[in-house]
Amino acid sequence: MRRLYAILVAAGLIYMLFVFLGTLPLYGKVDLSNRVSAHFLAKDVNSVDVKKWVEGDKQVPSREKIYGRKGFEDESANVVTSIVVNYRSFDTLGEVTVLFASAVGIGLVLGGMKRMGYGRKPNFILRVSTGILLPLIIMFGIYIFVHGHLTPGGGFPGGTVIAAAVLLLYLSNEEFVANMKTSKSLEGSMGSLYVIFGLAGLATGGAFLFNFLPNGVVGSLFSAGVVPLVYMTIGLKVGSELSGVVAEIHEEREG
Amino acid sequence: MSALIWIAGGMMVVAAVFAVEAKRILDSVIAMSALSLISVFLFIAMRAPDVAITEAAVGAGLVTAVLLVTLFRMKGGGDE
Amino acid sequence: MVYGISIILIGIGIYGLMTQKNLFKHIVSLSIIDTAVNIFIVATGYVSNGKAPIYTRALPGFSPNSFVDPLPQALVLTAIVIGVGTLALGASLLVRVKEKHSSINVENMKGVGE
Repeated sequence: MRRLYAILVAAGLIYMLFVFLGTLPLYGKVDLSNRVSAHFLAKDVNSVDVKKWVEGDKQVPSREKIYGRKGFEDESANVVTSIVVNYRSFDTLGEVTVLFASAVGIGLVLGGMKRMGYGRKPNFILRVSTGILLPLIIMFGIYIFVHGHLTPGGGFPGGTVIAAAVLLLYLSNEEFVANMKTSKSLEGSMGSLYVIFGLAGLATGGAFLFNFLPNGVVGSLFSAGVVPLVYMTIGLKVGSELSGVVAEIHEEREG
Repeated sequence: MSALIWIAGGMMVVAAVFAVEAKRILDSVIAMSALSLISVFLFIAMRAPDVAITEAAVGAGLVTAVLLVTLFRMKGGGDE
Repeated sequence: MVYGISIILIGIGIYGLMTQKNLFKHIVSLSIIDTAVNIFIVATGYVSNGKAPIYTRALPGFSPNSFVDPLPQALVLTAIVIGVGTLALGASLLVRVKEKHSSINVENMKGVGE
């Protein structure tokens, strides 16, 4: 009886959502010139009229080469990064705060002194290969968030990869305990550094999180002003936070 | 490409039903991990490489590990 | 097409939330709904034959509708990482529930009033 009722409710919800789909444009038939994202893609939020690009008028930066040039608002080649860290950086600050709150909540609920053991000896292959793989995994994580403005990736996946390295340490060594003091202090200092970048932008440019450093050429490593620095702080913060989550989930109380 | 998306979607629906209805909790967690892994393909097909790399690192790696460690701490936990 | 897949997955997640009595299954169902909603949001920005929104040497210029919409991708990118944080918080609460009530099945919990 309960299953039938649940199937009916779920089917009604699916029907309602399918009806709601009629108000959206069809899959793949979106016209970006009606959306604000066209400005983000053209790296010019303030001045250009989108309607003129479609008609083919000569107006910056329509049909112009962006890669390898300078002089745009935001010089990162990856547009997703430029939205996350530059145009909507304030939202990212809020989301990092939510992540911090959930990490604090896990520490509050699961806090303990002793490390939980798995009750078995780790495999020989696991123990030996950890020594080889661990530096490579950490290096890959750092690579991901240093190159966040050029290639897919950025601070969030880079931090997650670093947390996966800490998880590998926990799995391969029954005695290993992460140093929570280092993790907490790194997390706090990186969170403060993000706000300090924002305040520096407020002091120099007149807006919170303003991109105050000189922009380079689109596509080179040292470009996009403050964007790689902010993504590095986000990467280290997310990495230490998720490492702290992995460490806290292995803790248990005495007795 | 369209047929591949349909196949991936069918596999995701099967994995989701299995994850909800499985008798053992361990099977349920593994099926959920498989669902996250297949969704990475959908993100690639929708030209979202940033989201795909994040989902591959988070959904297939960290979420599964966190849930499995929690399951281990509860000593099998589920009684169904 | 992808819309349909994600909506069916949302329905399966709601069904799991309503039928299952094990609290761990509730977390799994919520995670399924999370993944489905992320797929839906990314699908609203897909432009057919569009490229990934990254300027490279092979793709140096901008013209309307040559890229997919980057804004939903930017929202989903952060939402996934928030998802693992809240999921781990729910799992840690579950550990404490198991310690206090000696079961995570809703019907077998001890010390829960009728």
